[in-house]
Parts: sequence; structure tokens; C-alpha cells
Amino acid sequence: MATVPVTDATFRTEVLESDVPVLVDFWATWCGPCRQVAPILEELSEEYGDRIKIAKLDTDANPETTGAYGIVSIPTLNVYVGGELQKSIVGARPKRALTEEIDAVLATTV
Amino acid sequence: MTEQQTVENLIIVGSGPAGYTAAIYAARAGLAPVVLAGSVTAGGALMNTTEVENFPGFPEGVMGPDLMESLRAQAERFGARVEWDDATSLDLAGPVKTVVTGNGDTYRARAVILATGSAYRELGLDDEKRLSGRGVSWCATCDGFFFRDQHIAVIGGGDSAMEEATFLTRFAEKVTIVHRRDELRASKIMADRAHNDPKIEFAWNSEVTGIGGESKVESVTLRDTVTGEERVLPATGLFVAIGHEPRSELLAGQIDLDDEGYVQVVGRTTATNLPGVFACGDLVDHTYRQAITAAGSGCSAALDAQRYLTELADAAGLEGLAGTPEAPNPDELPEALAELRA
Repeated sequence: MATVPVTDATFRTEVLESDVPVLVDFWATWCGPCRQVAPILEELSEEYGDRIKIAKLDTDANPETTGAYGIVSIPTLNVYVGGELQKSIVGARPKRALTEEIDAVLATTV
Repeated sequence: MTEQQTVENLIIVGSGPAGYTAAIYAARAGLAPVVLAGSVTAGGALMNTTEVENFPGFPEGVMGPDLMESLRAQAERFGARVEWDDATSLDLAGPVKTVVTGNGDTYRARAVILATGSAYRELGLDDEKRLSGRGVSWCATCDGFFFRDQHIAVIGGGDSAMEEATFLTRFAEKVTIVHRRDELRASKIMADRAHNDPKIEFAWNSEVTGIGGESKVESVTLRDTVTGEERVLPATGLFVAIGHEPRSELLAGQIDLDDEGYVQVVGRTTATNLPGVFACGDLVDHTYRQAITAAGSGCSAALDAQRYLTELADAAGLEGLAGTPEAPNPDELPEALAELRA
């Protein structure tokens, strides 16, 4: 499935109350590395299917959630499982590195 | 994962001004180069800048990412094949060079141009690692937004530090430029801009010895390089702009590097110690390190590579290597090389 946009308004239902782990990409339009990691996230989203939800939060438009999680560097990829923040990856990473991180999280949740 | 059977003419590793300019020239020479542009670092250092005012040809200036986009489009127009993948290992000795990528693909080519540029230098402090992404940043254009109305420290004394500091004044309440000498290295125009900015202050003769804060940056500990005295500068953002180091980690042991890790080239050419391997841009250049000097050296590398490939083709008795879909038999090449050097 494709990545889904989330906002301050939908964060609770889409992310915190999700049945599956959610990887949230905190990004912004001006951020080069964010743009570069975006297609990788789209690919991962298709590859992992229903096992994980990959969501994108525009930090510029959604200051509440951004502030709540103390995001000061983008891209930040936060992984939430059962409403809890399990892992925080700051900075763009190549696909293989992200696959390893996601696999590690899925291994603990199965 | 694919094991490539064909042997390419040329692989270019890197996608900054050097890599893309090499790609433009090599493509126009009919070499159909493969460019390993990187997965998240494609476009090089200029991707993290805003206006580039000193690249010739742009009297109004140009945005870094836009310039790189134009260079890429220009290379692709002439037949360069850009792959958004990282080189993770290289085997450069021998007539056929092999490059393995992050996605698990293997490329083989008769010639390679190394244009991997440089990566930002870190202060080397444990606190820096600990607070990386939590107030310590190396990308002002990415992260400046999150430090609105705060006091930001920018470490460095060159043009990059001035540019970052000036950019950050859009958001910050105050920016302190911390430099370990009492004189800036920056160009006059950039230094003046910083000096004249009411939001920018300077901490001279100051070295960063620590960064305070539990879960995010709260202060920077500075040591006076003249008196040895330490003081704590309250700041909630720390942007490090102290220069770059050449990205030559994958080359050690095969390519001759100097003491600082820069690739050594023969005279004024781009040739390295290995036949068929050429290097350009900030991977080689200690001294100038500008986008335009990198672009210039990328052109030289493409011309050097083209000449090498033509000599190889002549020595092997072939019509030409350029653009031929069937690669010459790699087993023939060692003979060709021996003839060249006889």
C-alpha cells in the first residue's frame, strides 16, 4: 500500500491507535534529504504491504505533533508500535539500512 | 540483485558538479556512462545550500538543488544513465573494474571516474554524537526552521559557516559564530555580510570542548585558545560548519591517498595510480573546493577516460569502444594494456 499523509488532527487515530506498527516520516518541502528518502519510503511501503504503515507528516503544517515529539532535525523517521515510540531514526538513510531497522521492529512485534 | 554481464565503458561514482560534468562529457563522447549518484546523498554538497551566487553563468544566482537538477538533466539528455544507488565496494585494479552497490547490483566497466566528493567534518566530540539530531545539526537549510527565536551557535570560520549563520538569522533570535582563530577564512563578501548582520555575534579564539544538555542541546562549552579559560555559552542549537573530509574510505589500499585522505593524481591530469581509474572534484582538491573547480575537473576526468578507452580500443584492434553494445572480450584487455605500456 502507498504511504499515507497524517496531520495533527489525524495523528492519534492513524498512528497511535493503529493495529500495525507505523513509521512516521517527519519531513518538510525545503529539506533536500527528505525529498531523497521519499521514493525509498514509497517503495518500502509497497514492499511491506499490510505489515507496517508508512505515514508522512509535514512538519511545517503540523507543528503540534512535531513539537510534541521534540523533532528538531529532519528527516526524522519515528516508529510507533501500539501507540508508543519505539525507535527514532534521524537523517536520511539508504534503503538497505531502513529495511534492517524495519525488520528489527517487526521481529519484536510478531 | 543483478550480476551484470555486460562490461560498460565507464562508471562514474558520484553526482556532484564533478560527477555530472564528467557524465555530460562522457555521454557526448558516446560512452554511455553509468552514474552511481547515491541513494540519499545524490546531488552532492550543493543540495544542502540555498542560493549559489558564484557559479558562473547565473547572474541572478541559482538554488543549489536546481543547479544539480539541471546538471543531471543535461547529462541524461546525452545518454548518461543515472542510478540512485550507492557504491559500497570497488575493485579497481585490472582491466575490468567492478563496483557493487547498496541495492546489491554489480557493475563492471573498463574505466571508472571517482567523484565522491567530501562529507562534513565532525567536531569529534562524544556529546556531538549523543546530541546529533537533537540540537546538533550539519544542515542549516533542513533544520534551521526548528530553532525559531532561539540562540544558535555556528561553529566555523569559512564561507560555509558564514552562509549557514546568515541563513539561520531568518529563524534565530541570535546567532553566535564560534571560530578558533581571531580571523575568518571566509571570502570578504561573506565575512562582511556576517559582520554587518545585527543578529550575528562572534566568539573568537574559541574551541568547542563540550555540548551540554540531557536530551537536547542546552549549551556549548568553549575553551579560549589563547588563555585556556573555559566558559559556557547558552545555546539551544549547534550547527557545525568546520569543513569537509574527502570520501575516500572505500579506496584505501587500492588508490593512492595523501595523508589527509585525498586521492592523489598524476600531475595535472585526473589519472590515479591505477590505469583506467580517474578522480576529480573535492575527492582530490584540497585547495579550491568550489562547485566550478569541481565541474572543471569532472570535464578533465571524462576527457582523460575517453582518451584511455580510445587507446585501449586501438591497442585491441577494435573499431571503437564508444557506444558499442557488444563489449570486447575482457580476456583480450590485459594484452591491450601490456601493449600500451610496452
